[in-house]
Amino acid sequence: MTIWLRAVAALVWKDLRSELRTRYALNALVMFVLATVVIVHFAVGQAPLGTEATAGLLWLVLFFAGTGGLARAFVSEAERGTMLLLQLSGRASVIYAGKFLFNLLLTVGLSALTVGLFLVFLPLSIAAWPQFLLALGLSAVGLAGATTLISALISRASGKGTLFAVLAFPVLLPLLVTGVHATVGASVGVDWPTALDDLKLLLAYDGAVVTAATLLFDYVWHD
Amino acid sequence: MLSALDLTKVFDRRVVFRGVTFEVAPGQVLGVTGRNGAGKSTLVGLLAGTQTPTAGTVMLTVDGRAIAPPDRPLNVGLVAPYLVLYDEFTPTETLRFLAGLRGLRVSADEIAALLDRVELSDRADDPVGQFSSGLKGRMKYAAALLHRPPVLLLDEPRANLDRRGVALVGRVVADARAAGQAVVIATNDAPDLDLCDGVLDLGGGEGATP
Repeated sequence: MTIWLRAVAALVWKDLRSELRTRYALNALVMFVLATVVIVHFAVGQAPLGTEATAGLLWLVLFFAGTGGLARAFVSEAERGTMLLLQLSGRASVIYAGKFLFNLLLTVGLSALTVGLFLVFLPLSIAAWPQFLLALGLSAVGLAGATTLISALISRASGKGTLFAVLAFPVLLPLLVTGVHATVGASVGVDWPTALDDLKLLLAYDGAVVTAATLLFDYVWHD
Repeated sequence: MLSALDLTKVFDRRVVFRGVTFEVAPGQVLGVTGRNGAGKSTLVGLLAGTQTPTAGTVMLTVDGRAIAPPDRPLNVGLVAPYLVLYDEFTPTETLRFLAGLRGLRVSADEIAALLDRVELSDRADDPVGQFSSGLKGRMKYAAALLHRPPVLLLDEPRANLDRRGVALVGRVVADARAAGQAVVIATNDAPDLDLCDGVLDLGGGEGATP
């Protein structure tokens, strides 16, 4: 393993252990997802929701859970005052990659939990699972990539929560719209060529976000 | 060699210091004094590379090789009251993480020796959050010395330390001098200044070049 990868792995491992010990984001995220799905379940009852509404609800939960939890990557370091220790110990590229991978793990776990709860409590039916999982995976990369950079941007500002939502919404809008469209397609079971249109768009979004973050993070990280 | 050329720092419209120039050779110890608000900690941040100057430059050369500004923070060891450690990790875990983040391989024996040096061996497996401020201060020395940096920056080095801790500061500075590390101490305490080869007085506002 190269020195760079070892350093990234050290940061991911630290964040995982820290999260498991402090439950800084995990408890809030799980409670948010659980509460939202259960409330919608009781509100809707046995009434049919429709494919579009279900897909929209799924992405609504993923967006708000993401903005609530993924912002913690740098905000928690800033609030606890440990940012300086990170600045003195790791290269900017290592810090971004480590935080991005941790957020990606969190997003994948969050998506799995949300989809699982939707399958149990809400009428989410997927006809084309490979397409759905690909769309979810690609969206997780974009969501984690964008929120990690925005989290770093706002970590030194006041009014972090509001600022994060304001900045994240326009950046994530293309991802959310495409995600909803891909989920609807996977629910009704569109053919692969049609599904690929959305998947390519998500892949392009991921590429753009990760490239922009890699180029910009140095400026965000250093004073 | 750590050198600052014509350093100026302005926050909003307030000039913290202007035209600060000095050099610290390997094995030398420079003291930085000044009234509260004179910019001692700001200067330490500029030297560490965690803050950028409004004007002027900081240069670090190690074995004749210039260190690029983004890499400067990785080449300093910083001890300061405002440096915060992870409360949920033990000293052993913290040092292992910091070594990993730097891409260093550090053995358990090396970590044990370092904790012994800062007299934390008996608390090696207790979470840092349970430490007194003095013990956290010792832990900061362990974190700063872990990677044997060419530059050691000590901001209020004896803050919160007891008598044994203060003796530790003297030993760390003597060892750094012997190892050829450049040391900068930001302080107003006379015993700290006694450890220094020269003193830069930032005064009470704009700094003066010694």
